[in-house]
Amino acid sequence: MELTKLTALELGAAIKRGEVSIVEAAQAALDNLAARDGALNAFITVTGERALERAEQLQAGVKDAQSPLYGVPMAIKDNICTRGVKTTCASKILGDFAPPYDATAVERLARAGAVSLGKLNMDEFAMGSTSETSFYGPVRNPWDLARAPGGSSGGAAAAVAALMGWYAIGSDTGGSIRQPAAYCGVTGMKPTYGTVSRYGLIAYASSLDQIGPLCRDAADCAAILDILQGKDPRDGTSLDGQYGNLLSGLTGDVRGLKIGLPADCYGDGLEVEVRSAVLAAAEALKGRGAEIVELSFPVMEYVVPAYYIIACAEASSNLSRFDGVKYGWRAEEYEGLADLYRKTRTQGFGAEVKRRILLGTFVLSSGYYDAYYKKALQAKAVIKEAFDKAFARCDLLLTPVSPATAPRLGESLSDPLKMYLSDIYTVSVNLAGLPALSMPCGFDSKGLPIGAQLIGPHFGEGTILNAAHAFQTDTDWHKRTPKGGDPA
Amino acid sequence: MKITAELVDYISELSRLELEAGEKQAMTAELERIVAYMDVLNKLDTEGVEPMSHVFPVKNVLREDEVIPSQDRAELLAGSPAPDGEAFLVPKAVE
Repeated sequence: MELTKLTALELGAAIKRGEVSIVEAAQAALDNLAARDGALNAFITVTGERALERAEQLQAGVKDAQSPLYGVPMAIKDNICTRGVKTTCASKILGDFAPPYDATAVERLARAGAVSLGKLNMDEFAMGSTSETSFYGPVRNPWDLARAPGGSSGGAAAAVAALMGWYAIGSDTGGSIRQPAAYCGVTGMKPTYGTVSRYGLIAYASSLDQIGPLCRDAADCAAILDILQGKDPRDGTSLDGQYGNLLSGLTGDVRGLKIGLPADCYGDGLEVEVRSAVLAAAEALKGRGAEIVELSFPVMEYVVPAYYIIACAEASSNLSRFDGVKYGWRAEEYEGLADLYRKTRTQGFGAEVKRRILLGTFVLSSGYYDAYYKKALQAKAVIKEAFDKAFARCDLLLTPVSPATAPRLGESLSDPLKMYLSDIYTVSVNLAGLPALSMPCGFDSKGLPIGAQLIGPHFGEGTILNAAHAFQTDTDWHKRTPKGGDPA
Repeated sequence: MKITAELVDYISELSRLELEAGEKQAMTAELERIVAYMDVLNKLDTEGVEPMSHVFPVKNVLREDEVIPSQDRAELLAGSPAPDGEAFLVPKAVE
């Protein structure tokens, strides 16, 4: 078996048994990266030397290793702070900013023996659904280089799919882990809001943002969440809970599990091939003893507008800190303080970021606040209630991740509203703070991966992961690997 | 709702952004389309619905007021485009 094709847990076990050294593993990933990333552009910063040094240090402690992922090389989305390593949010405005501290998620992974290979490309400030708004150029989909990998964690999904590291951590504000995972054929999870600390995650929309893993399969996701989840006093929204048992809970037994299919998620606008692949996933779970429940989710029309109003409002406030004073880049010519702010922001932000800041400023401005922002917060309450009703009838919901497979590069940039609408199946999950997972469930006739989404109630990670694990025990969609960028 | 060039000027100023003439025209049209789409929310009856800012009822997260070391000043200033060793430098703001 090829080393780079192992799952993170399989590699961790091989390292523990002494069959593979951590340096060998890191080197294998770096070799792949050197060969393939010129075409894919998944990484903004590669920290190869650092990774090999760390691998060597960790090797000395391998006998005492506790974590099943000890020594496994991975990579980090570039909106998550890494001490002394350039963190750009794929924006010009952050320049060569190297944070003076690690995000809590990075700290927890480092304690568990993670080896970081570098920082991953993304949509600028995580604003986009295709990873094309990056200042560092678009990421390409390893299944088809003419297509987008999804976004905003597009670099993360492409890196895992193209075997440039065994897993990645990304962030999900409206689908930014799940949708690229679907487009690239990997498994990604957005955990319950508050279960993973956001300390050190550069904020886009704080009430929706959550860090999570992109991996080869559901078991890897479980192992990573066991490391990431936990209360952090540095994030006031982080929650106490019973964490740490997700991996050991994967039995694959889904007998009697009630899986809801919301009819409203399978109607107009959904590609036929996506629909049939997701429904086939429902059949596969039924074959293992799950019960399929048809239900309605009558708020689909409102999820995208409510999401974009709330996300942009929070973004306009969060991004006011980028003004050319405290970090990053400053415009070269300006007259006075106000002009310094204006010139730096005007030249430092890309078009999509400006669009969302303006939209957010509009919905929060005097005279429009009640009609848009307050209305969206009320819609959020209605959407949350619709989920509560659904989960009174079933344990999980199964939906598509996206209405279509990966779009061609350039298609979304010319029509922002169309891009926003493609987030229809993922954004409601963030509004309600729920956990959800995206898993590969087939390919379309163009050879592009299709993703299915499992959504659970708050703290339902265990149930979701177990169902995904059951599905992946019976199928091999998640084991297929793309050729894109591979010179061999 | 109609998005006018004046409104875009106003929110640009609030956002500390400057749009060039061509950019402003394009942005005005795009914002108009997006806002028109958002107006679909008007169909949703939210009479008496309390606006929800957070899904979990977490309020007033308090901690003991203990003295702990904060981030090192030199390290924080190192990320700034114009530090002077003890502060962030900006153009004179008050005459």
